[in-house]
Amino acid sequence: MRAIVEGLDLRRAKSLDDALHILRDDPRTPMAGNTDLYVALNFGTLVPRRFLDIRALSELREISLNGDVLVIGALTTYTSLIRSDVVGSRLPMLVEAARQVGGAQIQNRGTLGGNVANASPAGDSLPVLAAADATIVLRSAAAERRVPITQFYTGYRTTVMRPDELVVAIEVPPVEGRQWFRKVGTRAAQAISKIVVAAVRTSAPRIAFGSVAPTVVRVPETERALADGAGIDEAAQILSREIKPIDDIRSTAEYRLRVAANLLRRFWEETS
Amino acid sequence: MRFTLNGKDTDVSAHPMTRLLDVLREECGLTGTKEGCGEGECGACTVLIDGDPVCSCLIPVAQAEGAEVLTIEGLGNDHPLQHLFMNEVGAQCGICTPGMIMTAITLGPEPTLDDVKTALAGNLCRCTGYSAIYRAIMKWRQMPDPGTQVSAAR
Repeated sequence: MRAIVEGLDLRRAKSLDDALHILRDDPRTPMAGNTDLYVALNFGTLVPRRFLDIRALSELREISLNGDVLVIGALTTYTSLIRSDVVGSRLPMLVEAARQVGGAQIQNRGTLGGNVANASPAGDSLPVLAAADATIVLRSAAAERRVPITQFYTGYRTTVMRPDELVVAIEVPPVEGRQWFRKVGTRAAQAISKIVVAAVRTSAPRIAFGSVAPTVVRVPETERALADGAGIDEAAQILSREIKPIDDIRSTAEYRLRVAANLLRRFWEETS
Repeated sequence: MRFTLNGKDTDVSAHPMTRLLDVLREECGLTGTKEGCGEGECGACTVLIDGDPVCSCLIPVAQAEGAEVLTIEGLGNDHPLQHLFMNEVGAQCGICTPGMIMTAITLGPEPTLDDVKTALAGNLCRCTGYSAIYRAIMKWRQMPDPGTQVSAAR
């Protein structure tokens, strides 16, 4: 079925400065990989009418180290994450998440910054960024600011971003301890998560879940219990009280609660 | 907007947000590329942009500007992989076949069966159960000169 594009308005940014000035003077929805945006267009559920194509901004496609901090440009695709040696050595759980986002066609177009800004509670990279204590770098024509990912989301598909801001990079400090990622969907590839988890095993474990709440969440009570030496049975019970998943088209609250507890046990066993 | 389509310089007049899929089928008259799910899950609309497989249902034609686009028609009608899909019965209803072939030709040299399965994870087939498709691709890749047009081995 032909997608309806009449009435939609597209501008194309030539540089990051150009993009930021357009967003300041003529607010519109940024688009890059379109792996979520065009699904909405095709299904007739796309609300915005005015768009800014930022895909050509090569300055947002770099992966680099700034001292100890891994800096991933917002337009880095999943394919680039998978092929990056520095991401593979410092943040292997992000490579694992990238491999499980759709098939090659989606990995070639979808971007990390898009996954962050799209703010789906099921975004596969988001638990990784939350468990890694990542920071989202936002820039407007006037200023740049840094927001920890755990403070970036304010509710279901809402963020602290202003309309004149772009996600320009994701910063990840060094991660000590073993990293672990697991996604549970209907199929290994090409499935939206029923539940997704990323975790880091240290003396103070860090554990983040997707698809169990309106936003990606850390589970601080569960983390604290494990840090204080609680057994895994006790920690799993605490987790069951700490997360509040819902029934939706992909799964049920009951299933998600049970699988979340199973995944916690699996994480603990496989990283011991 | 201009881009290279199957090796030929092409100029199209569609709205810049028109899906590449619609431009290929309706403005360029190349109906080999199929629409399946329209949400990037099934891979039936797969074409190559600058050598990379993408879902043409998720690409605004504006993002193809200046790029090299290769569709199933660009392989001609005599590509060895097309013959193998026929001979190994890798096609049944045929809707997934152009996308399957476009993804498969990006495989690097000497793939394992697991490599093939991973590469094709974004291409769904409701008819064949995949075995015949994998067989066709493995046989093609084991040919002395597989006649590949593109290589993803970068």
